[in-house]
Amino acid sequence: MTRAVSLVVNGRPYTAETEDRTPLCDVLRHRLRLTGTHVGCEQGVCGACTVLVDGEPVRSCLMLAVQADGCRIETVEGLATEGALAPMQQALMAEHGLQCGFCTPGVLMSLAYAERARLTAEETVSEVLAGHLCRCTGYVGIRRAIERHWKTEEAAG
Amino acid sequence: MKSVPFEYRAPATLEETLALLGKPGANVVPLAGGQSLLPLLALRQVRPATVLDLNRVPGLAGVEITDEVVRIGALTRLRALVESAPLRAALPVLPETAAQVANRQIRHRSTLGGSLCHADPTAQLPAVAVALEARLWLRSARAERSVLAQDFFAGARTTARRRNELLVRVEFPRTPGRHCRFEAVTRRGRAGFPLIGLCLAVSLAGSVVTDARLAASGIADRPRRLWEAERALTGRRLDGDLAEVLDAASAEADPSSDLHGSAEYRSHLLRTVIRRAAARLATEGSAP
Ligand SMILES: Cc1cc2nc3c(=O)[nH]c(=O)nc-3n(C[C@H](O)[C@H](O)[C@H](O)COP(=O)(O)OP(=O)(O)OC[C@H]3O[C@@H](n4cnc5c(N)ncnc54)[C@H](O)[C@@H]3O)c2cc1C
Ligand code: FES
Ligand code: FES
Repeated sequence: MTRAVSLVVNGRPYTAETEDRTPLCDVLRHRLRLTGTHVGCEQGVCGACTVLVDGEPVRSCLMLAVQADGCRIETVEGLATEGALAPMQQALMAEHGLQCGFCTPGVLMSLAYAERARLTAEETVSEVLAGHLCRCTGYVGIRRAIERHWKTEEAAG
Repeated sequence: MKSVPFEYRAPATLEETLALLGKPGANVVPLAGGQSLLPLLALRQVRPATVLDLNRVPGLAGVEITDEVVRIGALTRLRALVESAPLRAALPVLPETAAQVANRQIRHRSTLGGSLCHADPTAQLPAVAVALEARLWLRSARAERSVLAQDFFAGARTTARRRNELLVRVEFPRTPGRHCRFEAVTRRGRAGFPLIGLCLAVSLAGSVVTDARLAASGIADRPRRLWEAERALTGRRLDGDLAEVLDAASAEADPSSDLHGSAEYRSHLLRTVIRRAAARLATEGSAP
């Protein structure tokens, strides 16, 4: 079975032809050519494919594209504005929160959710970062970046 | 890593859902949170002709609390269990245990019904359902019936649910004065599938146990009550000598070895989680 799905990705409407069995990550990458969303394990373990669906962090390998029909999707491509990295992205860079960068798009989307949901830095590390595997950093740099960014945001009110 | 081709259906009523599920000879699987089903599809361990999405069916989610029972719709997300204030007051062991499943992102989508129907022998919530004698309500196009949790789990990823039936809700009896605790040792970090999980529920007179329920995950191909350990614990102090209780539990458990841990290690962990659960209940307690 194939059908057309309509998605609003990072504020832009798209329609794509897809098979019923295709996960959301494959439509984002292969149909819409938004390859910022990475696919690691394809079974929910690594978190690399995390995107926001109607504001909620979702592993896009664990949702069918047809299930997302009509939904608002946010991916890593939507974070920077006019070529300027978002503050959280800058914090990751400053604290060596990434090396190969494979896990980074998923981590960033979960952090975007955590920030909006007003979780504390500690909750973000223990509960949200726990949903991601990073093979390079040992999480220390990501953790420092979270603490740095949360502190800056607090100072800014 | 691609599923077999299938047809996706997302009916908007329970009647239509049950009709599709009951079509003779149809190879239909229900889709709830998808956090276990999608990996199984990708690995082709499940090869359906039709995937039946429950997410648009109204009335399948929600928590309702009466004097006698806590009634939870099958499609209730684990996140909703964790965040439900009335549930935290009525049966705190459920939100406490749900918070130990996977991680926050996965709990946003995973459902109580999916966690029970998936029937992973190490999963947390099935063990709680068995310990608390939860009743699972199954509905087909023709009839509704209920099964006790201990009879629902029939083996690893195998349940008493018939192919034409949907799990619609779960009822946990409320027992005033009972204290419950779930303790686990997991593979990785704070949350995730346990190597061994234990739900301990006790009624107390002072600190003497007058009634005990113990059910464990990871000790067999399904969550199981530890009847002998229950007998051994009854009449004893929670903070007393538990050697006989631990020996009884060891004798009843039959864990197997896999890449995450040997049978011997799991037997050792079972004793550990019983001791921890008893110690925590003895000092902190927990509402009924
Ligand atoms: C990285 C990771 C870590 C995880 N860690 C844990 C953990 O620590 N503990 C744990 O228990 N689980 C864990 N899970 C599994 C997760 O919680 C599962 O999603 C959950 O067990 C199943 O719930 P679901 O709603 O996603 O069900 P689905 O994946 O949609 O369905 C699971 C099965 O149940 C059937 N089903 C679902 N709902 C119904 C219904 N109402 N009636 C009849 N059949 C139904 C489906 O057909 C399918 O066979 C983890 C998953 C991942 C990816
Ligand atoms: S690719 Fe989706 S969680 Fe790993
Ligand atoms: S930066 Fe390489 S996996 Fe995280």
